[in-house]
Amino acid sequence: MKSNRLGNSTIVFKNKPRIESYYSMVGQKEAKGPFKKYFDYILNDDLCGKKSFELAEREILERTIIGAIDKGHVDFNEIDFIIGGDLLNQIISSSFSARHFEKPFIGLYGACSTMSESLAIGAALIDGGYANKTICATVSHFSTAERQYRTPLELGNQRPPVSQWTVTGAGATILSNSAKGNYVSMATFGKVTDYGVTDANNMGAAMAPAASETLVEHFLDTKRRPEDYDLIVTGDLGKLGSEIFRDLMEHRGYKLGGNYSDCGQMIFSRDQRTFQGGSGAGCSASILNSYILKQMDAGKFNRVLFMATGALLSTLSTQQGETIPCIAHAVVIEREQEKSTEKVNNTQKKPKIKRSSN
Amino acid sequence: MLLTYLKVFLTGGIICLIGQILITKTKMTSARILVLFMCLGVFLEGVGIYQYVVDFGKAGATVPIIGFGRTLAKGVIKDVSTKGFLGIFTGGLAATAAGIAASVIFSFFVALIFHSKTKHS
Amino acid sequence: MNKEERNKKYLAYVSSKSPKTREWPTLFYAFVIGGLICCFGQLVNDTLQMWFPAMTETELGAWTLIVIIFITCVLTGIGVFDDIARFAGAGTIIPITGFANSICSSAIEFRREGIIFGMCAKMFTVAGPVIVCAVVSSTLVGIVYLLI
Repeated sequence: MKSNRLGNSTIVFKNKPRIESYYSMVGQKEAKGPFKKYFDYILNDDLCGKKSFELAEREILERTIIGAIDKGHVDFNEIDFIIGGDLLNQIISSSFSARHFEKPFIGLYGACSTMSESLAIGAALIDGGYANKTICATVSHFSTAERQYRTPLELGNQRPPVSQWTVTGAGATILSNSAKGNYVSMATFGKVTDYGVTDANNMGAAMAPAASETLVEHFLDTKRRPEDYDLIVTGDLGKLGSEIFRDLMEHRGYKLGGNYSDCGQMIFSRDQRTFQGGSGAGCSASILNSYILKQMDAGKFNRVLFMATGALLSTLSTQQGETIPCIAHAVVIEREQEKSTEKVNNTQKKPKIKRSSN
Repeated sequence: MLLTYLKVFLTGGIICLIGQILITKTKMTSARILVLFMCLGVFLEGVGIYQYVVDFGKAGATVPIIGFGRTLAKGVIKDVSTKGFLGIFTGGLAATAAGIAASVIFSFFVALIFHSKTKHS
Repeated sequence: MNKEERNKKYLAYVSSKSPKTREWPTLFYAFVIGGLICCFGQLVNDTLQMWFPAMTETELGAWTLIVIIFITCVLTGIGVFDDIARFAGAGTIIPITGFANSICSSAIEFRREGIIFGMCAKMFTVAGPVIVCAVVSSTLVGIVYLLI
């Protein structure tokens, strides 16, 4: 029965859902960071000429999805599902954008973890033969997130040193059942984890335990070690969060080396006054769909574990003094390579037999 | 003249300094800080201490929100002594009406003209 | 190890690991900018007194506040105030500027949701507690004074 599953929470895609196209779009501040040359499109205006930031966020998502379709020369009629989410209440940016595309839409909310969640679900749909092509896309906007989760933009207050900066940006990946290209090989779904952090500014500390739970689970399920990956990248733990994450992983017996990085920490350079770095659903999405996938195409990385992390809080729960439950989903993306794929298959088979026998 | 301004600067500066210490030590948000200092002003005027601070610091003691609280308390005390029981209700807001009304009116027109902007740093 | 114990340990670890605000610069800026705003208030007060010698002290105080509030609202509108406030911290929050900015920023922020239910309704999202507490605390003072 569980032939496509490893251990408790990892699923394996035998039919290799391929990455057919990817596209990223960011705002001005993000473009001043170190990854400027990798982004596909840089917005001149955070409002996109619209009347409100919410409309702008929708516009960014729509343009990103269209960009991914154009870039990969994908026939729009072949697309079966659009899968995505964002940070706003009732995920209005994604669902409102989806009405223009007139395609079956699967709206997800995993806060900042939505990118890896949508990739995992999109890959599963293709692997199971339920779809030929799916679009997985997420978006976030600094100004909409700020007004929903924090305070009015013009309010004169000081950001605490543990805070992060919501990224204005979006990323879209088109997965397909075609024969060649980089592919999603497995996904590990995370558990909701809560270590009792109540400070809504300190997202890194809240999300790090969720990330470590998922990664440990992934290593147990697959019998892999951190060294088996060229790059392990978390979504938006930020500088503090990723330090905590390293400590937590070491505590569990997995020492992360130089192959570990964090999108939130990567996207802004130090002098940009963002304190712990970037956050938001668009943070991991834009870095994955620019730098990481481009470097995979270039052959720099062969096997990447992409794990976006999300804090599942709302303004109400924060005001009521509740702790912050968090989640992290991991997907493994592999580069098409004759030798290494064989090796992957071998490592996948062994634990599968063991688990099903007991 | 110069001495007056030095006193104003010191009084206002020290009040803000206390506020900043509270912000960094207790992670209070600005709304809580405002409420706390305003209530402090009401209390200090209520027990009759704050007048000495105002005599010393002038605008340094009246411009901070703590002075807003002081005006409230002062208004209530005055109205209670002249109008009796009704003064409890009328005194406070009447005395601070200028500040509240100015904030509301200017905000109203400013908001009609300007939009909030994305922040870059 | 049960969950509560684990969480307690984790939170202690997090707070030891979290970076603290560099205190001295922020304290310095709060002190200087707060002091300067008050000096400006005094300047307005003195100027008005020179121009209108007939004004009482209470009237002068009210006009001073109105001038400061007006400047704050304009600076908030053109998007400069929060840049100053980022350095000043309590230096701009504690003076009446903080109160005016909290009303003005909320009004601008919710303007896009309409004038009645957006701007007018949400104007006091930050400053509302201040006004409510002002009324409650001054009423308490009034009751105490009525009794003695």
